[in-house]
Amino acid sequence: MSEDRRDSAMQGSPEPLPHAGSEIDDPQFTDKSYSQGQLVRRRFFRHKGAIAGLAVLIFITLLAFTSIGIGGISGWWDKDFTSTGTVLNGGKPTIGWFYLGEHPFGQDSTGRDYFARVMRGTQVSLIIAFVVGIASTMIGTVIGAVAGYFRGWAESLLMRVTDLFIIIPLLVFAAVLGRIAGDSGIFVFALVLAAVTWTGLARLVRGEVLSLREREFVSAARAIGTGNWRIILRHILPNTVGVIIVATTFAIASAILLETALSYLGFGVQPPDISLGSLISEYQTAFTSRPWLFWFPGVFILAIALSVNFIGDGLRDAFDPRQGKDG
Amino acid sequence: MTTVENSTPQPIDDGTVLSFSGLDVKFNTEFGKVHAVKGISLEVRPGEVLALVGESGSGKSVTSTSALGLLPRNATVNGAINVAGNSVDTMGDRALRKMRGDDVAMVFQEPMTALNPVLSVRTQMVEALELHGKAYGKAADARAIELLAMVGIPDPEKRLYQYPHEFSGGQRQRIVIAMALSCDPKVIIADEPTTALDVTVQAEILDLLRSLKDELNTGILLITHSMGVVADMADRVAVMYKGDIVEQGTAREVLTQPQHDYTKRLLDAVPRLGSRGETAPVVQGEGPKALEVNDLVVEYHRQGKEPFRAVDSVSLSVKRGEIVGLVGESGSGKSTIARCALGLIPAASGEVAILGEDITKMRRKPLKALRKRVGVVFQDPASSLNPRLPVGDCIAEPMDVHKIGTSKSRRDKVAELLDAVELPRDVANRYPHELSGGQRQRVSIARALSLDPELLVADEPTSALDVSVQASVLKMFTHLQEQYNFGCLFVSHDLAVIDMLADHVVVLKDGKVVEQGARHQVLADPQQEYTKRLLMAAPVPDPEEQRQRRLERYDFMKEIGEEDHGLHLDEAPDRKDLMGGSAGGEGQMPPGVSGGN
Repeated sequence: MSEDRRDSAMQGSPEPLPHAGSEIDDPQFTDKSYSQGQLVRRRFFRHKGAIAGLAVLIFITLLAFTSIGIGGISGWWDKDFTSTGTVLNGGKPTIGWFYLGEHPFGQDSTGRDYFARVMRGTQVSLIIAFVVGIASTMIGTVIGAVAGYFRGWAESLLMRVTDLFIIIPLLVFAAVLGRIAGDSGIFVFALVLAAVTWTGLARLVRGEVLSLREREFVSAARAIGTGNWRIILRHILPNTVGVIIVATTFAIASAILLETALSYLGFGVQPPDISLGSLISEYQTAFTSRPWLFWFPGVFILAIALSVNFIGDGLRDAFDPRQGKDG
Repeated sequence: MTTVENSTPQPIDDGTVLSFSGLDVKFNTEFGKVHAVKGISLEVRPGEVLALVGESGSGKSVTSTSALGLLPRNATVNGAINVAGNSVDTMGDRALRKMRGDDVAMVFQEPMTALNPVLSVRTQMVEALELHGKAYGKAADARAIELLAMVGIPDPEKRLYQYPHEFSGGQRQRIVIAMALSCDPKVIIADEPTTALDVTVQAEILDLLRSLKDELNTGILLITHSMGVVADMADRVAVMYKGDIVEQGTAREVLTQPQHDYTKRLLDAVPRLGSRGETAPVVQGEGPKALEVNDLVVEYHRQGKEPFRAVDSVSLSVKRGEIVGLVGESGSGKSTIARCALGLIPAASGEVAILGEDITKMRRKPLKALRKRVGVVFQDPASSLNPRLPVGDCIAEPMDVHKIGTSKSRRDKVAELLDAVELPRDVANRYPHELSGGQRQRVSIARALSLDPELLVADEPTSALDVSVQASVLKMFTHLQEQYNFGCLFVSHDLAVIDMLADHVVVLKDGKVVEQGARHQVLADPQQEYTKRLLMAAPVPDPEEQRQRRLERYDFMKEIGEEDHGLHLDEAPDRKDLMGGSAGGEGQMPPGVSGGN
């Protein structure tokens, strides 16, 4: 790769930009053009932790959705998560190194297949996490961008509302709203969670927009008569994409944990539907006698939260190489 | 002031205080190795100024940073670096820390960021003294006061307790120099010490540095891109290009008889005052002027304070096809006027008429229509293009906003504009970060011209560029102006650039017009004291001529009753004792050459 490439990789790095000497000559480009997106992708795929996280997340997602199916579509696993049966061998898991057996994750006290239940729980938790992540990102981005760009009374109003949301303890707020919405299905529940978790992103985006709006390309856009919304959508928001994507990933990870906590407390997903949190809550008394009922959902929660966090780490390093290690 | 020739170095050890031999620096980056410095050899003797000249990216700062052992961890350094007879490469962390400050000190480009804004000047100066064991407690305070007096800070006993923001830019740089002097270093590395300063302040700081080497026998490695500064300061010059030293010699040799092609090009590119002679004034045909500013007042509101008047009843006008140069130092309000003329900040009173229509009271719709006829070029090529848009889209953006033409006709126009700014057409698909500073500025100019503007506002379009790049951009700019015949308000702090370009010059100071008139009148025969000072402070890239100018400037300053800006040794009588104690007899004081002129 030629030296000309360097400054694109590290904008604002303290080292000199070796390309500049060539300015005296004719402008010439020797190698392939990279957009910023391509540069980010390149760095992301070099981040081993992030790739491992991505692989684990994809594996869990595929496993959860193909095994028991979703909606009307049935999966490759022959049992569903509601039908009861006879308890075989005390409900112990039959999973071994290279085979699944009849009930890989065991059975609960009424003989329901625990593998199917964990898969359903994973589905619900994943859906909730992603809906929360995306919806709260959208709310936060709009509020942050409007407050940061227009300043004045719009900013004061929106940021005071944000403060208001922040000072109310999240768990209490989400519990009350979640309880009200809990019976209307997981999507409504997810949207309710999104409505209380957008605050961090709104502040983050506002900060970014505040600094971007003072950049000269924004002044230049205003000077040629560009309208406010066009400036926000075309000139400002694309430049905050890095911050937004990274924050979204972490929001997804924390949404999983929030949902788990609420379901565990009984404010979240309501029976007969289940989530990983409600599974743990349901079987917490069995911890000493039948620990697998606790371990399997626990491991899945951990695996999902960890892998999403690793992906977030990789994205952050990819968008902002200066934070990372040398070279 | 003693002449440059007299300051022959006095040999200590091998006669050098700082030497590099075969210095080679590579950086490991994501895209492979970058060879920043390619085996160069340099030496600085006591009492000598070696100027390291080159454009951005030539490796000058890497060279100087390596002397302090401060390169980032991804650097691989080969070759020998000697500071005051000790080899830097073999030093451990502790020895390095002692060496920094004791033997070699650094003066940075931006004094505001080199000083910690939350600590008082006293804390920062005493810290340097105490860390190196030079003085403690009361003695350190006394020494700090003495150092401040030496570098010409008035009333040092009181000002010692103030914070960096309470000083002006020039004074801050003096404080940084005082801190650099605090441990009597044998060599000072000054990395673009005057680049961030106004030209009159630059002249003062250069006076101070010059008296440093003459009176304290300090060696100075001066890193700069300005040939004028080199001519003013340097005994010897080394020219760096792409990590290599292409030419080295005495200042007079290199500046008057350059051997290497690159040095020649660099010198040719330096804009010179008075190179254009008299030109005919621009006569405008019928119709309103491109820009007419009448009694303009711009105020910035401050919370709980009187509003700050940045521009105070300024009147000027730009005819069609005329370039008006707006000159002034930082804080003179020149950029504020430019931004106000673009309608980006409101006027407190007065009127700003673009093509005959007053924009101060205009509503949004007609303003947008009017903006179609105005182009703008900003200073910083790194921030004036949206990094997420390919260059072609950046240039087409104004046409897109005003919904002019089809996407095909826009593409054609972009190609035509790229030709006009002398960039290859396939640049349209590149992103701004792939372009160099000069190329980006060409793109900015292409964008400004995309709607065939009748008025172009250019806010310091070349001051962030290297001098050779500046020369080619200015040449192109003049050419485009003749071709498109727009009126132009050209803001700059550089008188030589204005001299090359403008038809009419407006000199600003503290938001007020000091002087205005035809270019050759104002610049060749200035009437106001301020304009004279500005012109005298601008250095020229010829050592002989520059010395003449310097002497003229000293005379002029005496005339207007300003003190000289060199070291004030007489105000610090204990200086020699302290110095003898710390330098261990090795650093012999030169006989006290009289300061100033």
